[in-house]
Amino acid sequence: MSEPKLDHRFGPYGGQYVPETLMPALAELEAAWLSARVDDDFQAELGRLLRDYAGRPTPLYLAERLSAAAGRTIYLKREDLIHTGAHTIHNALGQALLAVRMGKPRIIAETGAGQHGVASATACALLDLECVVYMGVEDIRRQAPNVQRMELLGATVVAVEAGARTLKEAVSEAIRDWVTNVADSHYIIGSAVGPAPYPAIVRDLQRCIGDEARAQILEREGRLPQRVIACVGGGSNAIGAFTVFVGDEDVELIGVEAAGEGIESGRHGAPLTAGGRPGVLHGSLSALLQDDEGQIAEAHSISAGLDYPGSGPEHAWLRDSGRATYVAVTDDEALAAFERTAQLEGIIPALEPAHAIHYALHVPSNSDLDLICLSGRGDKDLAEVLKLLGR
Amino acid sequence: MSGAERIAAAFSDRHGRAALMPYLMGGFPDIKTSLGIGNAYVDGGADLIELGVPLSDPLADGPVIQSAGSAALAAGATLDLVLGVARELSSCLPIILMCYSNAILARGTDRFVDELADAGVSGLIVPDLPLEEAPATSTSCAAAGVAFVGLAAPTSTDQRLAAIGAATQGFLYTVAVAGTTGERGDDSDYGEVIGRVRSHTSAPVALGFGISTPEQASAAAGAGADGVIIGSRLVREAAEADQPSAACKALVEQFAQALR
Ligand SMILES: Cc1ncc(COP(=O)(O)O)c(C=O)c1O
Repeated sequence: MSEPKLDHRFGPYGGQYVPETLMPALAELEAAWLSARVDDDFQAELGRLLRDYAGRPTPLYLAERLSAAAGRTIYLKREDLIHTGAHTIHNALGQALLAVRMGKPRIIAETGAGQHGVASATACALLDLECVVYMGVEDIRRQAPNVQRMELLGATVVAVEAGARTLKEAVSEAIRDWVTNVADSHYIIGSAVGPAPYPAIVRDLQRCIGDEARAQILEREGRLPQRVIACVGGGSNAIGAFTVFVGDEDVELIGVEAAGEGIESGRHGAPLTAGGRPGVLHGSLSALLQDDEGQIAEAHSISAGLDYPGSGPEHAWLRDSGRATYVAVTDDEALAAFERTAQLEGIIPALEPAHAIHYALHVPSNSDLDLICLSGRGDKDLAEVLKLLGR
Repeated sequence: MSGAERIAAAFSDRHGRAALMPYLMGGFPDIKTSLGIGNAYVDGGADLIELGVPLSDPLADGPVIQSAGSAALAAGATLDLVLGVARELSSCLPIILMCYSNAILARGTDRFVDELADAGVSGLIVPDLPLEEAPATSTSCAAAGVAFVGLAAPTSTDQRLAAIGAATQGFLYTVAVAGTTGERGDDSDYGEVIGRVRSHTSAPVALGFGISTPEQASAAAGAGADGVIIGSRLVREAAEADQPSAACKALVEQFAQALR
């Protein structure tokens, strides 16, 4: 077999645990990305779309009232301001352009919070591609506005009834669609998970978050942040924020997972924090919630985007190698941070990054300069949050 | 006799007829009944049995086998219980265990394979372990005398088929169509995939995925398959019939008849 050139393994993690039927498609994808990555025309087109269509660079915002509350300077990287309202648009635009380049007219995507589904549906509308989005029935319920958006954009949303009817099942169904329709379809996986080369491609497409933020904070503060904090579902916004800082040894990297009802309750979405044996889910080896027999456990989180029992393989390796630290924040804490951010800053964050904000606000640290990735806005969560807050 | 030898014998004692390999979901609808269905496969004329270990998230399976797996787990199926079924059935026919990679990792690869050998299992198929990820498992299998059976797909390149065809033991599991397991009505052109695969391996070629009627089984054999694997059609029978064992036996007899 040909030598892989994108990262397939991160320490022991990653790999390609997929049916043989998909292996040629993964090789084709890898070759296509290796050539697109260094193709000036492709990069110019992607750059143009990210700038003029999506709105990059996003601002780096000094959140003064959050800073006062935390007792240290906090900057927010405003991914909530980008087109479609979350970081997921970078990956969707990049991979949809790649699908066009590969001559694949049909896009498959899965979605939990609906943000990746909306981003994929948006990119497909723009580039005139067919779009099929798999979404668990429970997520369709709690993220209804995003379902309406996807349909308005011309995508077909397929309700997934299996299991806990959330993100895990949606990814499984998307992969089954891809196995069946691999000749004319490209699967745009929504996070830094899945078989190689997906984690590397998603990282390449999301690293603009950290690349921009690093330059912006240097310009503003004349120094690097002491901590970079991001929420981790599958880990795409976090790997995007972390990558450029990995070589900056003094910058602490902190990934915030969903503690759900509490790690000790067993009802959470924090495989990196909770530890345990690595396992295979959705084509790669990584930290995983599972039982002794290797049956995958159901995750739980108030935020659909963090409600996933797996994790990106590079995060598992950043954890084991000691370069990044992973912690978890509960549903109730995230809800409180959601409200607090709205009231202190006039910014309604998505529930996912509200986990990261809670951590920065409430867990003591010697840091005096934090950079938080505000990965998306909270419009999609309003109805669910107001219901939970009893309003 | 090693697993590979036992499988080879099952394929070669056939006087030119294709071998019949029905799939059994271990523990579905419960452990005892699944053993009964396995015995019905034996009585109905099966030559080998493919025994599935249920997993929560089976990526290569369509709705029928997925829901049978979930039901088996809900009814308390475990790897040890499924290996108990293997132990009983392996006294009659060669057993090929079909198991996803996470169940193997959970037990630890060497220990898992040793337990297979101990239960009399002849071969192992792992649908989410392509060639690149297989070395540890195939090495363990070789040491324990269990055949590590490779999978070929219609999408495999010639280069991959050559490597898979050279590495496989016992037989080559050939996926008839791009897709998951599940019944398919169309009469696919099995000849093309069988012809491609055959030119890359000296092992017997068994065709599976989508073969759901005796006519399709006979078409697969006619197209040159050395073995035919029947999955979802039988699992659906086990799910729907009032008397799963009797119904599955009758169905296996029909498939066996079609291959005569
Ligand atoms: C706003 C937002 N943040 C974070 C996530 C979690 O995904 P990831 O960990 O891949 O960034 C999602 C998922 O949909 C999201 O919508």
